[in-house]
Amino acid sequence: MAEIGIRALHKAFDGADVLKGVDLTIENGEFISLVGPSGCGKSTLLRIIAGLEPQSSGEIWIDGANADGVRPSARNLAMVFQSYALYPHLSVFDNIAVPLRMKRLSVLERMPLIGRLMPSLRRAERTIREDVERVAGQLEISSLLKRKPGQLSGGQRQRVAVGRAIVRQPRAFLFDEPLSNLDAKLRVHMRAEIAQLHRQLKTTFIYVTHDQAEAMTMSGRIAVMIGGELIQVGAPAAIYDDPSDIRVAEFIGTPKVNAFPARVRSDGRLEALGHVLHATTPSPAGECRVCVRPERIELGASGLLSGTVVHLENLGSEAFVHIGSAGMNAPVVARVNDPSQLPAIGAATSYGFAPEAIRAFDAGGKRIATSVPSRIERPREMAIV
Amino acid sequence: MRVLGRIHPWSFVRHVLLLAGALVMLTPFIWMLSTASKPQTEIFSSDLHLIPYHFALWDNLKIAFAKADLWRYLLNGLIVTISIFALQVLVALPAAYAFAKLRFLGRDVLFALVVFCILIPPQATAIPVFLLLHKLGVLDSYIALVLPFTISVFGIFLMRQFFKTVPDDLIDAARMDGISEFGIVWRVMLPTAIPAVTAFGIFSVVAHWNDYFWPLIVLNSEHLQTPPLAVAHFRNNEAGTNYGPLMAAAMVIIAPLVIAFLFAQRRFIEGITLTGIK
Repeated sequence: MAEIGIRALHKAFDGADVLKGVDLTIENGEFISLVGPSGCGKSTLLRIIAGLEPQSSGEIWIDGANADGVRPSARNLAMVFQSYALYPHLSVFDNIAVPLRMKRLSVLERMPLIGRLMPSLRRAERTIREDVERVAGQLEISSLLKRKPGQLSGGQRQRVAVGRAIVRQPRAFLFDEPLSNLDAKLRVHMRAEIAQLHRQLKTTFIYVTHDQAEAMTMSGRIAVMIGGELIQVGAPAAIYDDPSDIRVAEFIGTPKVNAFPARVRSDGRLEALGHVLHATTPSPAGECRVCVRPERIELGASGLLSGTVVHLENLGSEAFVHIGSAGMNAPVVARVNDPSQLPAIGAATSYGFAPEAIRAFDAGGKRIATSVPSRIERPREMAIV
Repeated sequence: MRVLGRIHPWSFVRHVLLLAGALVMLTPFIWMLSTASKPQTEIFSSDLHLIPYHFALWDNLKIAFAKADLWRYLLNGLIVTISIFALQVLVALPAAYAFAKLRFLGRDVLFALVVFCILIPPQATAIPVFLLLHKLGVLDSYIALVLPFTISVFGIFLMRQFFKTVPDDLIDAARMDGISEFGIVWRVMLPTAIPAVTAFGIFSVVAHWNDYFWPLIVLNSEHLQTPPLAVAHFRNNEAGTNYGPLMAAAMVIIAPLVIAFLFAQRRFIEGITLTGIK
C-alpha cells in the first residue's frame, strides 16, 4: 500500500533527454498504466521509481518519504519483468523464496555451509516455506514448485515471476511489459488474471506497456507518455473519448483514429477536405486537423465525403472498410458492425460523420474546443453542404 | 540412394583427413605409452616396433615411483593448480561482472587495457615478477607458484564476454530482491556461467599443471616441485637418461588431466561453444 509521488523528474542519457519533467501522483491502491510508443521513456520512469536507475533531477516520494538514494530492495517495491528474469539455476520454490530469504535470514544463515549450523535457520525456513506455498496455491503453481524455470511454459514462468513479486507483500507492484512475450490468446487471459490480482491485493499497481489494449482493459487510470513527457492522465474512457492531444488520439484505439486535414474558417466554422462541417470553434482561423474514430464513420449515400474502397478487414464480428479519399494521405477506416453488408473493393462509396464525433486539434496538435450550433440553423447549413 | 552416393565420397575424404590429423596429434602419446611399456634393451634396439616383446610397464612404473616421490609431485600439482584456479575465479568473476554490467567512468578504457595485457607474453614479465617475489621473500614456496597467476586476463575476458549475454533484467530482479552486488556475482552470475567457468577451469588447470618454466625458476626445494619438474628428474646427463621410467612417470603425470577431460568433455565443449558464439 503506497502513494507514489513523482516530482519534476528529468533523466538524460549521454546528453539525450529521456524524461523531460514528469509530474504524477499515483494514489494508494490504484492500478495505473504508463502507456506510450517504444522509446517514450516509460520503462525508464519505472526503473527510476524502482531505484534501479538514478534520475538526473527531480524527486520520487513513496508514502510521504523521499526515496532518492534508497536502495531498490529497501523501497519495498516488487517488479515483474518482461523477460520474467527468473533465476535459471533455482527451482520455482527457491525463485519465489529468494526475496524472503534475503529479507528474513542473516548473512550468516545464508552462507552455504555455515548456515546449516545455525539453529534459527530451521524456524525461519519453515515460515518461508509456508509463505511460498500459500502464494503458489494462490497462483495455482503448487505442482510446479520443484521444477526449474527452463522446464516451464511462458505463462507458467509469468506466474512464478508474479509469485516472487507478491510473496514479499510489497508496498507497490511495478510491471514492465510483463505480457509482451506471451502469445495473443494467453495475453488476453493473463490480462484478466492481473486485473483480478489487483482487486484481490488492493495494492498500488504501476503497469508499463506499449499495448494500449492492455492499458485500456486493466487500469483505473492511464498515463500516456510520448517523447519523455506525460501528455495526458485520466480514466481509460476519458483518454479514448476526450484526448487532449492528437498524439494521444492517434496512439489510443485500434484501428487508428482518422485524421482529416482541415482548417478553421474566419467565421469559426470547421472545414475538412473542402467541405464545411456542422461544427464551430472559438479558436482563431488557421490550419487544424479533425479526428473521427472508425466506429463513428457512417457509410452510405447520405455522407458528404466520398472515396473508393481500397481494402476490407473482416474480423467476423465486425469489419473495417478502408476508403481511399482525395486529399488524404492514409485511407479512412470505417467500422461496419454487420460484415454481411460490406461494399466491394474498388466500389465508390460515400461516408460521413456526426458533428458530435469530431475531435479537432490545432496545428501544434493541441485539442481545440468544438461545438455543434443549435438546431435552428441546421437546415441552412445542410443547404450549404 | 543417389543422395547417399553423392555425400559418401566427401564424407569419406573428410574422415580420412580428420583421422590423419588425429594420428599426428596422438603419435607422441602412443609413442610415450609404447616406450613406457618397453624394457631398456628394447627402447634402444634398432628395429622399430610399437608393441613391446617384453611388457615392462609395471617394472618401469615401479622404478619411476621408487626413484622420485611421484605422489608428492602430483599432490603439489593439485595444490598449485586448484589454488590458482580458485583465486583466478575469485578475481576474474567480480572484475568480469563490473566490466560487463556496471557503468562507471573509464570502463571501456580499462577493459581495453585488460585485453591489451593478453598480448604480453609471460616470459616478458618473468624477471620483474621474480624480483618482486624475492623482495617479498616468498621465493621457493607455494606462494611463489600461485601468486603471479591469480589475475588471469584471459579469464576476465572470457567471463566478461559470457556475462554480456546474461540479461540485465535478471540482475535488476536480483537487486529488487535485495541481493548485494557481490551477492549477484556469486549467487546469480556464477551459477548461470558454470559452462564458461568449466571451460576456463580446463584451460587454467591444463596450463598450470603442465607449466615447466615458472616452477623451474622459482623453486629450489625438492618437496615443492610440480609434476613437469618430476619428469626432468629422470634425465641424467652422466649415466644416460632412463627412458622407460621417464615415460612411465610422464604417463602418470598426464593421467589426471586425461581423466578429468574425459569426465568434463561435454561441459568443456558446451563452454567453448557458448563463449564462442554468443
